[in-house]
This record gives sequence, structure tokens and C-alpha cells, in this order.
Amino acid sequence: MISGLRGRLFIAFVAACLTSTALVAGIGYVLVRRAILQRAQDAVLIDTRETLAHTVPGDLTAPVPERTLRDVATALVRPDRYVVVTDGTAVVATGQFGLRDVPAGLTSRAAQGLYFQRVVIHGTPWLVTATRVQGRDGGPLPLTVAVFASLAKENADLNRIQSALTRAGALTVVLAVVLAALLGRSVLRPLRRLARAARSLGKGQLTARVDVRGRDELADVARIFNESAASLEYTVGELRHLEATARRFAADVSHELRTPIAAMTAVTDLLEEDAARLPADTGTAARLVAEQTRRLGALVEDLLEISRMDAGTADLTLDDVPLAALVRECVTTRGWADQVVIEIPPGLRVRLDARRFDVIIANLVANALRHGDPPVRVVGRAGLEVRVIDNGPGIPDDVLPHVFDRFFKADPARPAGKGTGLGLSIAQANAALHGGRIEAGNAPGGGAVFTVRIPA
Amino acid sequence: MVAILLVEDDPSVRTGLELALTRQGHSVTARTTGEEGLEYARARRPEIVVLDVMLPGLDGVEVCRRLRKSDEIPIILLTARGESLDVVVGLEAGADDYVVKPVEPAVLDARIRAVLRRAEKTPMSRSSFGDLVIDRAALRVTKAGADVHLTPTELRLLLELTRHPGQALTRGHLLREVWDHGYAGDSRLVDACVQRLRAKIETDAAAPTLIQTVRGFGYRFTAP
Repeated sequence: MISGLRGRLFIAFVAACLTSTALVAGIGYVLVRRAILQRAQDAVLIDTRETLAHTVPGDLTAPVPERTLRDVATALVRPDRYVVVTDGTAVVATGQFGLRDVPAGLTSRAAQGLYFQRVVIHGTPWLVTATRVQGRDGGPLPLTVAVFASLAKENADLNRIQSALTRAGALTVVLAVVLAALLGRSVLRPLRRLARAARSLGKGQLTARVDVRGRDELADVARIFNESAASLEYTVGELRHLEATARRFAADVSHELRTPIAAMTAVTDLLEEDAARLPADTGTAARLVAEQTRRLGALVEDLLEISRMDAGTADLTLDDVPLAALVRECVTTRGWADQVVIEIPPGLRVRLDARRFDVIIANLVANALRHGDPPVRVVGRAGLEVRVIDNGPGIPDDVLPHVFDRFFKADPARPAGKGTGLGLSIAQANAALHGGRIEAGNAPGGGAVFTVRIPA
Repeated sequence: MVAILLVEDDPSVRTGLELALTRQGHSVTARTTGEEGLEYARARRPEIVVLDVMLPGLDGVEVCRRLRKSDEIPIILLTARGESLDVVVGLEAGADDYVVKPVEPAVLDARIRAVLRRAEKTPMSRSSFGDLVIDRAALRVTKAGADVHLTPTELRLLLELTRHPGQALTRGHLLREVWDHGYAGDSRLVDACVQRLRAKIETDAAAPTLIQTVRGFGYRFTAP
């Protein structure tokens, strides 16, 4: 879950918050603790020193009378403070503690002056202060005093501070997590919007834009994206417009050519029928005009068909069709029946646009008859796959990638013959309209193979 | 010989087609505008009308529609464009068939003959489907006792459908049997003609019970 930009942002932010909180709280705690303990120690030390100075007679000699020991002890007692006084042999203690409770190291150092140490006895912290009492002349008196001051109150204060700091720290961490999540989202939401817009732009939705919010770097990126998208849209729009104009021009020209061609086509049969009765040259001319009129008509039809395909206005009328009968009809009506062998299972019915499929087969067979040799085999099977195989030399490798190009001629020196140069591209476009495609190739034994595949 | 009315505004196409159809052995009368064509058709009752769609003034589709109101004269549309809308609108207006310009005279002649082909009379049969009675001998159809006026194409379609009651017929089959077209013919011819037929013989054309659509396949005539 913690990965990517969002995770990194989250971790960095939470870690920074955690570290700074821990540092501030830790340093604060240490300082406060030191100050509190210092004050407690100072109070005990000063009080002890002053009390001893007032209460201990300067000329004390061992053995010290027990009464004196008791007076000193009583003078030093305070609430939460216990005293142990000794002259080396006799011991007077005001509470639960005895000489053995004084830490060993402290006893030895006490000979040199007033020393203290914090100890924990039965789970409670104590400040133990010990000293060998000195006389007025500075010489040591035969009297050692140990004061046990309770640090319970200070400890409780410190505990309270500690728990308060911990709670504040926890709260900070929760706050940091929430803020990090919000920050992550605020950074990522525009990024995600940007990604979505970029994706739809890539898919060709050129109107895709993002909302520009705020004035940060992300907003800049969004603004740049919008500007780029707008200029892309404009450029593509221009190109499309130019392309549409060119296509419309081709369609318009073809359309305008139609009427004169219609008039000429109406009378071509007449010309041909009467050509035999005309003088030789005139008859040849009449036949030429008739033949080329038909070719012109076919060319204009193909051009119009191509422009409909280009404009995307071609429609598909699907029907349930017996394939073998459709193919047979296609070759029979065009007079190719004796040159074509049909190998299609008789019961095979397929869903397709019969007129468009007829165009596909007609163009492939016409192409096979023109560039290959008969017999042309049309082999079909369910799925749907139809192969048109001719008996000619096959397609050269350098020609293969171009056979579906418009007006492509394998050999520019060869006359165009009867074809319009658009047949195979029209066939391909019709296959594409069915959601399929045509592939050109060569059979192992020679001869070109055009394979039409249309998904069921 | 068929008496043909040709309505076409372009003089070259008109002359060309007139020449070619005359050569095919027909008697052709040519008119330039829709109004003239309509007038002639009503007054002289030709056997068939070959009608250009793109006419100045009253266009071919409108002529077709007006003519159909009172008449069952077969109509073939000449469309300059193979474009869908023209064809669909024309067929819905009651045209029997259409050809796309430029058309070879032989093709147009074949279409004219196909449209004019009489429905075959069968001596013995008179069948009723609910209140629809088809007299195959007299080639007469009545709905609830009243005569139903059908164009030859509509009649052939009805006869073909009722010849196989309860059986779904593909559009391709109907195109071949009724229009003499191949499988590659325009199946919208069938759809449009079925619509017109339904309007004439169904009790409620919006909820047809006699001629049912078999989706993606064709049509089926179901006896009630």
C-alpha cells in the first residue's frame, strides 16, 4: 500500500513529525527533570548544612552523648525526611532507615564533606545526603549525619509531565498522519486528473482538458497540459478539415461525373450493337468509346465507394446468407463461372452484408483472374475464412506490402487493363467494415492467396 | 413491349435512356419534371414509371408518394447516389425497386421486367388467414371483406410469404423470388415492402401479427 508518490509523501511527512516531536519532547523532559531534581537537592543540601551549623556544638568529642545525637536528628527531621545520626558507635535513626541503607560509596566520601546520591529503596526514590560534621575550626567532629529525603513528589511531577508529553506526542502523530493523507490527496488528485485527461487525449479525445486550481507547480503543469492539448486539437482539426475538404472534393467530382457517365452508359450498348455496321474505323472508335465508358463508370463507382468508406458513412446490413450460393451467384453473374472452382461446404450459412461480401469476392476473383491464371479456387470454411487462390506466379515480396494501396501498380509499364486500381482497397475496406481483414500472401506451390477473415 | 414513363430532368440522360429503352423494344414517354410526370401518369396510366429522384420542384420521392395514394403503378427509382437515405425514403414512399445511375440499359430492362412480372395464378387456391382472404386464382386480396389494393411487388411478396406459412424466409430468398435479385441485392427492398404490406393487411401495423420479423434472418407469415 505504501508505494509510489503518495506513500513516499506520507512516510516522509509522518517521519518528520515523529522525529521533531520526539526531539522536542525528549529534550524538554530532560531539562525539566534536571531542574526539578536540582531544586530538590539544593533545598535538602542547604537546609541540612544550615541546620547542622546551628545545632551541632563545635567542641564535640567522642563518644557523643545520646541526647546530643537525638537533638541533632530531631533538628534535621522534616516531613518526608528521615535522619540517621552516628558518632561511630551509637546510632540514632528517626525512621525506617538505618546505616546500612546509606550507599557504601557515599559513606566513604562523606568523610570529605557533604555528598548526596539518589537511590531507590523499595521502589521509592530517595535523595540520600551524608556528611561528616565539621567543627568551627574546620576539623572533623566525631559525628556523621545521613538525611533520607523522599523524591516521591518530584517523581510524581515528572511522571505527570512525561505522560502529558507522551499524550501530546501521540496526538501530534495522529495529526501528522491525517495531514499527510490530506496532503497526499491534494497533491495526487490533480495528478490523477491530469493522468486521466492525458489518457483520453491519447485515445483521440482532443477536447480533453483539466481544471486548473490554485497557483502551485501542479497548476502550472495543468495549464501547460491544457495549452498543449488546445494547440494539438487545433492542429489536428486543421488537418482533418483539409483531409475532409480533399475527400469531399473527390466525392463531389465523382458525383458530378456521374450524370454525363449515366448518359453515355445508357447508349454504350447501342454503339456496340451498331459498330459492325459502321465503317471500320468508326466502328472501332465506337467500341473503344463504349468500353472506356464502362471503365469510367466503374472507376467513378469505386471512387464514390471509397469516399463513402473514408467518410465513415458506409453502412452494414447483416443477414443470414448461404455462403456457397452467394459466391456462386457472384461469379456466375459476372461470367466467371467456368474459370472459378468453389470449395465451400454446402450448408454453411454466415452472418454478413451480402452486397458487401459480394464486392469483396468479386474484387478478389477479378484480381486473381487479372494477375494470376485460372482456375481460381474460392475455398471457404466456417469461422469465417475464405481464401481466393489463383494459379499464377504469385506476388513478388516487394509488392506484397502494397497490394491494398490505392491505384498501386506492380509494374508501372504494364497497361492498367480493366481494373480501376481501387478493387483491393475497396475489398479491404469492406472486410474492415465487417470487423475483419484480408491478408495477401503466396501459396507454397506458387500462386497468390488472399485470405478473408471475418470474426463470427 | 412495355409502356414506360421516364421522368428525368437531365436531357442527356433522358435522351440516352429513351434511346436505349426504345431499342430494348419498349414504348417510352419522357417527361422532364415531377409535375409533368405525375400528370401524365394519372392521365395515361403507363405500365411502369422510371423516376429520377433528384428532380427540380417536385422530387422523385414526392411524385412516388403522390402516385401511390391512388395508384398501384409499379415504380423504379433512378438514384444518382447510392446513398442510403435516398433509397430508404424512396422505398418507404412506395417504390418497387431502384437502380443507381449510371445504369446499363440491360440491367434497367431486367429490373423493369422483374417488377412487371405478374404474380402466378394458381387455379385451386383460395386461402384465408383470419379476416384476410387471398384468392390466388383471381389474384385478389380482401381484408374483412374489403378489397386490398396491392402493387404487383406487394402481391408477389404476400403470395410468397403465404406459400410457406409458419416458415421463416430469409431476405435473400425473398429478394430472389420476388424481385429477381441475387443475394447481393439490397435487403432494404424487402424491409420497405414488408412495411407497406403490413400497413395494408395488418389490423395494427405497429403490432404486426401476420408478418412477423425474425431478427437478423428475415420474415415469417403466421396464420392467426
